Amino acid sequence: MFRLYATAVLTLEVEFLEEYMNVRPDPTFHPTAQIAMQAPMENYGFTVMLSPDGALSDGIAVVDLNPESATYAQIVHQVIVPNKGDEFHHFGWNACSSSLSPMSGHAFLERRYLIVPGIRSSRIYIIDVKDPLNAKIHKTIEPEEIFSKTGYSRPHTIHCGPEGIYVSTLGGGGEDGTDGPPGIFIMDCETFEIIGQYEMDRGKQDKHYDFWWNLPQDYMVSSEWGLPPQYENGIVAEDLLSNKYGHSIHFWDLRKRKNIQTIDLGENHQMALEIRPAHDPKKSYGFCGVVVDTTNLQGAIFTWWRDEDGTWQAKKTITIDPQPADPDDLPELLKGFSAVPPLVTDIDLSLDDRFLYVACWGTGEMHQYDVTDPMNPVFVSKVELGGIVKDTKHPNGKDFAFGPQMVEISRDGKRVYWTNSLYSTWDDQFYPDDEGGQMVMARVGDDGGLELDKDFYIDFPKGYRSHQIRLEGGDCSTDSFCYPNV
Amino acid sequence: MTDPSSASALWWAVVVSGVYHGINPGMGWPLSVSAALMRGKASQLPIALGVLGLGHLLAMMAILLPFSLITVLVENQRAVQLGASVIVILMGLYLLWNRRHPKYLARVHPARLALWSFLAAMAHGAGLMLVPMYLGISASSGMNHGHGDHMMADNIANAMGVAIVHTLAMLAAAAIIATIIYFWLGLKFLSKAWFNLDVVWALSLVIVGAVGIFNLM
Repeated sequence: MFRLYATAVLTLEVEFLEEYMNVRPDPTFHPTAQIAMQAPMENYGFTVMLSPDGALSDGIAVVDLNPESATYAQIVHQVIVPNKGDEFHHFGWNACSSSLSPMSGHAFLERRYLIVPGIRSSRIYIIDVKDPLNAKIHKTIEPEEIFSKTGYSRPHTIHCGPEGIYVSTLGGGGEDGTDGPPGIFIMDCETFEIIGQYEMDRGKQDKHYDFWWNLPQDYMVSSEWGLPPQYENGIVAEDLLSNKYGHSIHFWDLRKRKNIQTIDLGENHQMALEIRPAHDPKKSYGFCGVVVDTTNLQGAIFTWWRDEDGTWQAKKTITIDPQPADPDDLPELLKGFSAVPPLVTDIDLSLDDRFLYVACWGTGEMHQYDVTDPMNPVFVSKVELGGIVKDTKHPNGKDFAFGPQMVEISRDGKRVYWTNSLYSTWDDQFYPDDEGGQMVMARVGDDGGLELDKDFYIDFPKGYRSHQIRLEGGDCSTDSFCYPNV
Repeated sequence: MTDPSSASALWWAVVVSGVYHGINPGMGWPLSVSAALMRGKASQLPIALGVLGLGHLLAMMAILLPFSLITVLVENQRAVQLGASVIVILMGLYLLWNRRHPKYLARVHPARLALWSFLAAMAHGAGLMLVPMYLGISASSGMNHGHGDHMMADNIANAMGVAIVHTLAMLAAAAIIATIIYFWLGLKFLSKAWFNLDVVWALSLVIVGAVGIFNLM
């Protein structure tokens, strides 16, 4: 009798534990990038659905990425939010491999929620994707809460790190987001309460875009796009030609929350956007993409690294030339140049720190570089798709609107996914005749080489464009690893 | 009242609690693995463990030494033991109720292992877990020697003894796990060896406190 009773109690306890807490770390958390590469392949992708004019509500498309599935390469579920005009752009997870940080001693969060900010509305949606086919809104954080608790607006990049979820913003306070500099704020990773501003000493930083870090080495790097009046209603040509967009990257003592060094890449290097540190935390280098060099219309990649004596350095290691074009084929903005600039708008680094993918949104190309030696990247291959002048069709014969933009690499590095929209108002300026959202995939050969998969082409529902992609279980621009490769 | 024969049982309890703390990832063995890997040298593993152990030892002493003072100042030892047990139980209940992790631990620089270890032990009430055992040991040695001038010195020696024995046991357990993962199993097993001990830990505090009270009966 007692044994029966004891068994019943034990069973209940175990059930209780499993229901209310995780006893083991989430299997999608990996100590090293190397181990993450061996994880099972992604079954689902999550992609932004963006209504460029706010006529429809934005959403997140759940895409079937399992080749064995009958609905492979189709949108199998949509989470459409109740508001209009949010303008979804970037988004991220509530928890990633950074939960295995030896400092937290607490690895039991679950990779379950997507944090999806609206960069126009400053509203943030927390979407529960535990069951991807029934993904739903878990919580909504209204703009007023963000304004009052952080003094920032227009939330953008999401990373999960020490003390919670870090959110970069593109605007400060006030109606047009220019009352005070933009920055980063921290959110609680369980309750999603907004905690407050991150910075204690921002130094010269007065604009913001992307950020990422190296957790064991305790540094963070952030970048600059421009202030809200410089992008919300379209690119401001005078500002670009007078080099008024961001052109600096900032290095931070992550835990002291202090800007320790600012490197000006040179004012002609307009819009230093994506920051991609090496995934192996033993390495002290990374990359930053620059949209356009106003002296010659080149796109550029800078490699940044830390010297022996601890100072940060940056050097231009990749340049991509503009392509001559007939002014008749060019939008108003570019007619005077008789050339189409590459417009490097996104970059992504494979988990083995070997291949850097560079989206040339203007010329319509996706480049692949071998960056095994980060100071001497070697061009390996490229795929042409879309583009202002070339307007290359997909191998399946269909159109690709705009050019290759947000790029995401599978953990194993064998599949590269990308979408086509940059930012609502900018799409319209550079591609006045294009409309639509597409997501495609290219396969990577064992030693590089990039080839579009003819059968992977997702046309987004009418009225929607697409932007950032997140892969189930983590991808190459999400997870921060706390242990070095061995 | 505790009799001398149970003193050895209490010392064993001190050792067992050390092993238990050593196994708990929250007390730092993953940090020693990562510190050694980041520096790229196996010789860094014992150094990292040693520094973590130092922080843990200081945290134990920071809790035990005040109690050794209280036992000298307060006449009624049973009241001290009862009060201490109640505090331990309350800490356990607090950790059961508040399952949030202290954010300030994330603010420590990853290379400051001793500070981290000290704060982690304090935040989790690791030192409190030893208090009922220490008071039991003190009471039994007090019975041997009577209330004399040496009581203060005896108390401090006991506190140091408990803290050192506990920390050595903790280090041994942590070192075994860290070494096996570093040299043989690899980081893949890091997440496999990582169990959520939050509730078990909080319950341990409650049980240790309850046993302390029970022994007074």
